[in-house]
Amino acid sequence: MPEIRNFTLNFGPAHPAAHGVLRLVLEMDGEVIQRADPHVGLLHRGTEKLAESKPYNQSIGYMDRLDYVSMMCNEHGYVLALEKMLGIEAPIRAQYIRTMFDEITRILNHLLWIGAHGLDVGAMTMFLYAFREREDLMDVYEAVSGARLHATYYRPGGVYRDIPDVMPLHEKSKWHSDADIKRLNDNRGGSVLDFIEDFTNRFPKCVDEYETLLTDNRIWKQRLVDIGIVSPERALQLGLTGAMLRGSGVEWDLRKKQPYAMYDQLDFDIPVGTNGDSYDRYLVRMEEFRQSNKIIKQCVDWLRANPGPVMHDDHKITPPKREDMKGDMEALIHHFKLATEGYCLPEGEAYAAIEHPKGEFGCYVVSDGANKPYRLKVRAPGFAHMSAMDELTKGHMLADVVTVIGTMDIVFGEVDR
Amino acid sequence: METLTTFLNSFLPEGLSAFIVIMLKIVAIMLPLILAVAYTTFAERKVIGYMQSRMGPNRVGPKGWLQPIADTVKLMFKEIITPTKSSKVVFFIAPMLALAPALAVWSVIPFWDGGVLANVNAGLLLILAVNSLDVFGIILAGWASNSKYAILSSLRVGAQVVSYEIAMGFALVGVLMVSGSLNLTEIVKAQGGGLLGWNVFPLCGLFVVFFISGVAETNRAPFDVAEGESEIVAGFHVEYSGMAFALFFLAEYASMILISTLTALLFFGGWLSPFGNTFADTPILSFIFGDGFHWLLLKTMFFLFCYLWFRATFPRYRYDQIMRLGWKILIPVTLVWIFGIGIAIAYGWQPWL
Repeated sequence: MPEIRNFTLNFGPAHPAAHGVLRLVLEMDGEVIQRADPHVGLLHRGTEKLAESKPYNQSIGYMDRLDYVSMMCNEHGYVLALEKMLGIEAPIRAQYIRTMFDEITRILNHLLWIGAHGLDVGAMTMFLYAFREREDLMDVYEAVSGARLHATYYRPGGVYRDIPDVMPLHEKSKWHSDADIKRLNDNRGGSVLDFIEDFTNRFPKCVDEYETLLTDNRIWKQRLVDIGIVSPERALQLGLTGAMLRGSGVEWDLRKKQPYAMYDQLDFDIPVGTNGDSYDRYLVRMEEFRQSNKIIKQCVDWLRANPGPVMHDDHKITPPKREDMKGDMEALIHHFKLATEGYCLPEGEAYAAIEHPKGEFGCYVVSDGANKPYRLKVRAPGFAHMSAMDELTKGHMLADVVTVIGTMDIVFGEVDR
Repeated sequence: METLTTFLNSFLPEGLSAFIVIMLKIVAIMLPLILAVAYTTFAERKVIGYMQSRMGPNRVGPKGWLQPIADTVKLMFKEIITPTKSSKVVFFIAPMLALAPALAVWSVIPFWDGGVLANVNAGLLLILAVNSLDVFGIILAGWASNSKYAILSSLRVGAQVVSYEIAMGFALVGVLMVSGSLNLTEIVKAQGGGLLGWNVFPLCGLFVVFFISGVAETNRAPFDVAEGESEIVAGFHVEYSGMAFALFFLAEYASMILISTLTALLFFGGWLSPFGNTFADTPILSFIFGDGFHWLLLKTMFFLFCYLWFRATFPRYRYDQIMRLGWKILIPVTLVWIFGIGIAIAYGWQPWL
């Protein structure tokens, strides 16, 4: 009789469920996973090293490209670290805008997560449903920053500009008749804030829709319940954060524990799970949809009532107004200095972390007093999650690996950096 | 048909004319079937598209109606790539082996009273036997591809089809007991007398089991572990391209249509109208509401729609969960049901007659 041995299966990097470029070397006994060995680095772009050779402001755009489904949150972590070292604080309106866009980003991220997770487990309709809502939020991104994905909207000292008063409209094309255009532009008549408010009003119904498809679906439950269980102690040891940690029942959320931006002024709850399995993490993220929606609503109300500056007025750090530059020598010099040399950070180091949709995202900046960081270290939540892969999948079946990848909400931009 | 046979007999030897007639009948069944397969793929993309609040294909031809044609042309001109370390002969035999049974089964399917290629008296048995040959094509394809994903898929299919074949067989036993015949035309005729005569009422449990195992048998969502796009990429046909892949595709959709037709024939009275003879006396209504092929078509389309509906709604089962469902739920249900029907027949209580 021939010797029976395990076989290795190369899962990825070009696998449909690899969420980009995950390469897993699976050692399998039939369908059962004995060992999962994640290989990272296929999407390494050297973000941290690149940042060392650029003035601080020019690296904000790189942050977008780390976790490319929650762009503004990445920026927030970096910008906060810079502000900490500069010893400045953004104007309160800018802080509210940041809070609102952090939550919009959280919804964007979770929408992609529920879509991809659904698709991984085989519920492909979720993906399209999620993208329907994502499209609206992408339009909001575009309205404020000009880019649908890589916004570069947060700057040290505030945000790039105030929220516009007009929401861009759809235009007629070969594929859209007048009636279509009228329907598409229905909620775009007012300002961007109106559009966001309209979104927050309809979004809870959309979440209900997702939940009717999945939450009580027997197959969905069979595929998620008791898959990839992490105990709270083990989750802390592994360095899991975000929903991966809260799913295990640890109530840890930087928005509450180390409030930044305006989170201490707002009313929201932190959902936690009990069993630490994939299904609990699913429920936690579904509830985060609703909580984020609630936060956005409060921010919209505040922003409506309180106009004000959105950028710090120290022009050594933030660029002066365009019209000032036309007549004011000082302003022109400031702009020239900022655009060529940037600004110098005092010697020292700082770590700033935010509650990113995936977990704790932190930036550790070391400065030697120059206009570029001496070292920038990005603490990406996905990397820590990835290292738990073996532990979460051991003993499960091949199909569960896909569920676990989905529940981790892995994006390789941040894992490989 | 009769006139054609006599006409051919007038100048050809009898065997040859019979052969020609059979060939013509085969073409008459095959062509619409292939066309139906093509447009089932189109319908699938459209229906699922609208379920997912998007458009589906709408660029090729008016409203996208030429999409399946474009797809076929594309597949025909694509290169068929053979993996270097595959067993070449088996690699090419496999898709044919998958398609042939899926088409052969249609020989015993009646489309209306007498509209059948071969009216054999053990048609049901033949369907079961030939349909289960499908799996060989898939297993061989997985084996010949020399890919770990493909072989995993083959193993899954093997196990899945064997288990669901049993549930399906038992469900058919119920039908056989109620209608007292293995001949499909007889089975349909036994369901006469309008809506209430249909087998689905005495056999509703078996109908559910049959349709579920039909979905599993054809490897469609939520039982598509054999293809399991997000797990084993495309499973057994991961290494196939061009027409070789198209044959698998064709086989899958032909089986889908077959299962839908069978469901309609066995449980929903086939071409029989749900109104029975109510409208037999009114001239135009008797044509529309009377028995006829259109009823079979309508019922088949409904079940095909259910296939697409499932696909848009459900997540995919895990491999071991499919096994559990098959062995621990479906098979016991059929056994109990058959037992119940057996007792009813033994004591002469047969309300379906």
